Amino acid sequence: MDLPVTNQAVTPEDSICQPPSAGDKLVDKIFRALTFAFAWLTLFLIVYIVYRIGGTALPAIKERGLGFLTGTTWDPNQQIYGILPEIWGTMYSSLLALFIGGFFGIAIAVFLTQDFLPHKIRIVLKSTIELLAAIPSVVYGLWGIFVLIPLIRPLADWLFVHLGWLPFFSTTLSGPGMFPAALVLSIMILPTVAAISQDALSAIPAKIKEAAFGMGTTRWEAILKVLLPTAARGIFGALVLGLGRALGETMALAMLVGNSNQLTLSLFSPANTLAALLALNFPEASDLEIGVLMYAAVILLVITLLVNIGGEMIISYSERSGGRK
Amino acid sequence: MVPSVTITPLMPYGAAKQLTILSEEHMKRSTFVKAAVMALALTVAAGSSAIAGKTRITGSGASFPFPIYSTWFKIYSRAHKDIIVDYQSKGSGAGIRDFINHTVDFAASDAAMNDKEIAQVKEGVQLLPMIAGEIVLSYNLKGVPELKLSRDVYPAIFLGKITKWNDPAIAKSNPGVNLPDLPITVVHRADSSGTTFVFTTHLSAISNDWKNGPGIGKTVKWASSSKMVAAPKNAGVTAVIRQTPGAIGYIEYGYAKMAKVPMVSLQNKEGNYIKPSMKSGQAALANAKIPADMRVWLPNPDGKDSYPIATYTWMLFYKKYADPKKAAILKDLVKFCLHDGQKMADKLGYIPLPANVVKKVEAASHNIQ
Repeated sequence: MDLPVTNQAVTPEDSICQPPSAGDKLVDKIFRALTFAFAWLTLFLIVYIVYRIGGTALPAIKERGLGFLTGTTWDPNQQIYGILPEIWGTMYSSLLALFIGGFFGIAIAVFLTQDFLPHKIRIVLKSTIELLAAIPSVVYGLWGIFVLIPLIRPLADWLFVHLGWLPFFSTTLSGPGMFPAALVLSIMILPTVAAISQDALSAIPAKIKEAAFGMGTTRWEAILKVLLPTAARGIFGALVLGLGRALGETMALAMLVGNSNQLTLSLFSPANTLAALLALNFPEASDLEIGVLMYAAVILLVITLLVNIGGEMIISYSERSGGRK
Repeated sequence: MVPSVTITPLMPYGAAKQLTILSEEHMKRSTFVKAAVMALALTVAAGSSAIAGKTRITGSGASFPFPIYSTWFKIYSRAHKDIIVDYQSKGSGAGIRDFINHTVDFAASDAAMNDKEIAQVKEGVQLLPMIAGEIVLSYNLKGVPELKLSRDVYPAIFLGKITKWNDPAIAKSNPGVNLPDLPITVVHRADSSGTTFVFTTHLSAISNDWKNGPGIGKTVKWASSSKMVAAPKNAGVTAVIRQTPGAIGYIEYGYAKMAKVPMVSLQNKEGNYIKPSMKSGQAALANAKIPADMRVWLPNPDGKDSYPIATYTWMLFYKKYADPKKAAILKDLVKFCLHDGQKMADKLGYIPLPANVVKKVEAASHNIQ
């Protein structure tokens, strides 16, 4: 039997189904080339940013070496620079914010996805929490100074008086400090963690939940022992994203953290972070100081990179060992 | 964008209706897009025709005089329809950098310019003091409306040596005042600032401990204590002082006046306690001699009514401009600021220049060619 091979012979001239014309092929090629170019451009952009910052920082890195990372004095007049208090402040405030914001974010995600609320109220709450992400950082800083700090002052004084022997409460709250900064930071990362955790929980196939109920679990057993471990990868991704945001947060912390080079566990003492240091010192930095500040920027980039790599490693390790249960 | 599709008689009725609706929407959308583009083009044309033909003068620099400079430039631009003066408050250091790089027509700085910086400008620099201000110490103590601090007390507070409000040294200058048993929280600037420069210059002049310790600078190393906090900008320091019981900090007089925060009466060189005001600032300025290069500092002014911390703030001009029209406009601007401008000083919390200084500055402004 002789069947026609090409579709040219079968398709009438004025039909919708045509093989691609020369114009279509050209548009297709251009589209592919453009998407390819833009993807590579993004990578090159990151490489270029690191190259420029690293290049400006190189003289300062060669001159100061690792002593920069362990020094605690910042004295532009005598050219003595050290960022250990800032590194400590960045890590401490971000981890504190992650504990508080992460806990509440996951709790909100569970509350909003596990049928605790009627649909309409769920939508309202979800949108309100996403609105938190839209509030500018400076507004959070102002709110922190004028509302939050006076609000927590009685609590801080009580904790200092009664539990002052604990290293966490060993100083009085003198206005801006680590605790108000960490609280505001946790509110800022809350929408990120909540939204992504909600997506992770909603993406669980209904079969898994039904299987858990079918085996006789209570509602909470199902949520805590079956659903959360299943969504663990997504929730962990949410936490890493939240931590990344907290590490880089600038304006709110510049106003709330007290900008004092203290290396202490006390929650109520002022502290300093890398991002705040850079934001406040860059505008009037002399040329010598710019190299040093770029070095601090490189350190911040390295910290963020290490945190993200560490997160990825933990995810892949947990997936390999326990995720399949 | 909805692609237009030819409707053939082969199509079923429903699909044809759908496509008609889609192409109608396409028509509405494209009309809307056309209207939006027209509106945008008209606005751009109108805007550019408004600016075309106007001479634009740009400047940048100190934030200390920003409130009064912006008022002056707004009034001047309104009075002269063909001139626009723009001023960006980036900080003294950034202003000087822009001036050296020829990015702006003029700059402003609280710290004038040092010899190294002047040497980098090949046309030559004409520094002109334009206005003056005071730096005040502001505090937050409930039930203490008036506070006096003597010369040996306030440097010690800022060095972190005196840590409580009911310290006997403070009580000595404030008889009868009920000072609470509260720790002193010192608020200083977190960012690099001309205000810090002037304040530390004064402290170095009156206290050897300060001179050998933190010293003078736009940023200095403050004592390491959990009671020393910092905030960005004058406004940030004011906010923290207002929100923290037992706080004390240094801010510019204009900010303190506008925010209505209590100000400390400081002891001057003669030993009198002076409250910050326009008159006490003018008394401080009256005793300073202005040298030929117009750079005068008053770290420790004489005079029994002088407020101890006052400073001029300068505008920086090139001695030779490529465009003589710009030079003429700038000279006219300086004249406006020196005469009409000084009348607005008190309302905004600045100190007007003394009459002899105005004469000197006007004479020096003729060096701008």
